[in-house]
Amino acid sequence: MDNYEDRVVTAFMYCSVLWALLGMLAGVYVAAELVWPTIDWGLPALSFGRLRTAHTTLVLFGFGVSALIATAFYSVQRTSHVRLFAPWLAWAIFYAWQAAIVLGAVSILAGWNAGKEYAELEWPFDLAITAAWVGFAVVFFGTIAKRKIDAIYISNWFYGALIIVVAMLHIVNSLALPVTVGKSYSLFAGAQDAVVQWWYGHNAVGFLLTGGFLGMLYYFLPKQAEQPIWSYRLSIVAFWAFVYTYIWAGPHHLHYHAVPEWLQSLGMVMSLVLLAPSWATMVNGIMTVSGAAKKLKTDPALKFIVLALAFYGLATFEGPMLAIKSVNVFSHFTEWTIGHVHSGALGWNALITFGTYYFLVPRMAGVPLYSVRLANIHFWLALAGTMLYVLAMWGAGVSQGVLWLSLDELGEVRFSFNDVMAAMKPYYVLRLFAGVLFLVGAVLMAWNLARTFAGRSAIVVMPPATAVAGATA
Amino acid sequence: MSWLSLHHRLERHTGLLIFGILAVSAIGGMVQLLPVVAEGPHKHGPGDMAPYSALELEGRDIYIRESCSTCHTQQIRPLLAEVKRYGPYSRAEEFAYDRPFLWGSKRTGPDLHRVGGRYSDDWHRLHLLDPRSVVPASIMPAYPWLATHPADRRGSIEARMRALARLGHPYAAEDVAEAPAALEGKSELDALIAYLQALGRSGAGKPPP
Repeated sequence: MDNYEDRVVTAFMYCSVLWALLGMLAGVYVAAELVWPTIDWGLPALSFGRLRTAHTTLVLFGFGVSALIATAFYSVQRTSHVRLFAPWLAWAIFYAWQAAIVLGAVSILAGWNAGKEYAELEWPFDLAITAAWVGFAVVFFGTIAKRKIDAIYISNWFYGALIIVVAMLHIVNSLALPVTVGKSYSLFAGAQDAVVQWWYGHNAVGFLLTGGFLGMLYYFLPKQAEQPIWSYRLSIVAFWAFVYTYIWAGPHHLHYHAVPEWLQSLGMVMSLVLLAPSWATMVNGIMTVSGAAKKLKTDPALKFIVLALAFYGLATFEGPMLAIKSVNVFSHFTEWTIGHVHSGALGWNALITFGTYYFLVPRMAGVPLYSVRLANIHFWLALAGTMLYVLAMWGAGVSQGVLWLSLDELGEVRFSFNDVMAAMKPYYVLRLFAGVLFLVGAVLMAWNLARTFAGRSAIVVMPPATAVAGATA
Repeated sequence: MSWLSLHHRLERHTGLLIFGILAVSAIGGMVQLLPVVAEGPHKHGPGDMAPYSALELEGRDIYIRESCSTCHTQQIRPLLAEVKRYGPYSRAEEFAYDRPFLWGSKRTGPDLHRVGGRYSDDWHRLHLLDPRSVVPASIMPAYPWLATHPADRRGSIEARMRALARLGHPYAAEDVAEAPAALEGKSELDALIAYLQALGRSGAGKPPP
């Protein structure tokens, strides 16, 4: 009866929603701490540095990766026409990954920290993550290897690139000499460490937050729009150009830093080149959905995915612009970076995942979505939250960038650091409000999806066959 | 279309696809990382740089534990306004003993690369325990627990210094042996202040090259 192994998909989905809520709650709390700095109540675990690290870890590796594994396992079975390879291993990865997130978040709040951004988990977690990731690769590529469809579908190239490249980045960047169970020292020092770290950091964004979620896009967008991908050739060109180019762009995080000049220039040029494959994929997506304009009005899931595509286009345009040295000189170290990250993370990653879940959950539960109206409210909350967030951080970032570098007629700095910092308060308040809007929307979604799933059990108890058929049609 | 027929094969062969992705994605990293990593941290010589003392190292590891680099950079860019505000710009060789590097990516608070010697120990003590007592507009968290925790609570300072010695930091056997005594009676607050006061001192008095 069960053709596909979907229980493990559901389990990953549940956990990803839970991590989204917890991770965003942590984000909202640290945003509030920037407005009211004493609300950590003197507790180390609530202290900004630790809680912010927990925030990024939960949303990136809890929410993001769980959502990617869920959707990869869902789509690879359907595009290969076979059941998941080694379902027991898929379950082992599920438990290993969730345990790593729980314990990892606790370890960060307790003060274990490897000190590298977005790779703060200490070496025992690095080993566990590596093992789980190898398991992910075995299940995913094992399923592809036994496929009954001749060609490997495009979404699987992107998920494949996610698995391979993130493994490479994670292993190299995590190379460290352990001292105690919660402490290690990087094998790289100083400037070398910085170059390795931003090769990792930028491409974790590239292959996890961009490549992985493009896999999601390439499967779920055509499914929802009920249209084939607009251009197959463009997909091929964009994919390989993306895989080749992204890796080079890391050094734009180190403009005017103590690293070689050639590296900075190369990173900047390749960041600009990256605009081409990024937008090629966006054009492909927009042209695909353009045949389904009518459905866009009624289907909240499709609305989320199309909005996500728009933010993808915005963030992948803004990125290359920020990588230009003369722009970066103002934007670097400011809130603008935070705005850029969130236009990608909220606008692109979270929205495409939400849209996918609004599509997936009714299908897996076999009943219609509990409330289309709630989903529409969520849509507007998510849009408003993301826009206000980005606008607040643009305002803050541009102010910081200009005021910090401003010199008076005698060539002295015009504004003290403290004055500029104090001027940030309105922006921080607005950002907090935006974060709350986005979080409230996510809570509505969690409730909506849970009610949809709950509707399924009612039908299992008393199965009216025609009603089920009518609901899924 | 010959490239399409080539791709026709690629997208039908799992192993070939895996190899293709690995090869194509590895190029950029190899070009950028290998020359830089191969240079090693001492290309320009360590100069007058000494490795962190036991107390400073303990302070640095507390700085990492509390994720101070989330809000404070340690990287002064070669821009007039930055040099005026923070001091001589940062040079690669000054970070030869930084594992990991702590340059940061965001200045919610000011840059700290040359904060060493700028304020007194007492100022730092007040500031870390209650930032708003000395900087009224500050949004920095207070760190009251640093004063009550003794330095090196886990008793791992010797193991940490030996590990760094294995990675090439010039610690002599007696440096390691004397470390526990150097931390005796010190708090985590003392250690963190010692680290902050050591920051950027090597380049502080020097004109930019």
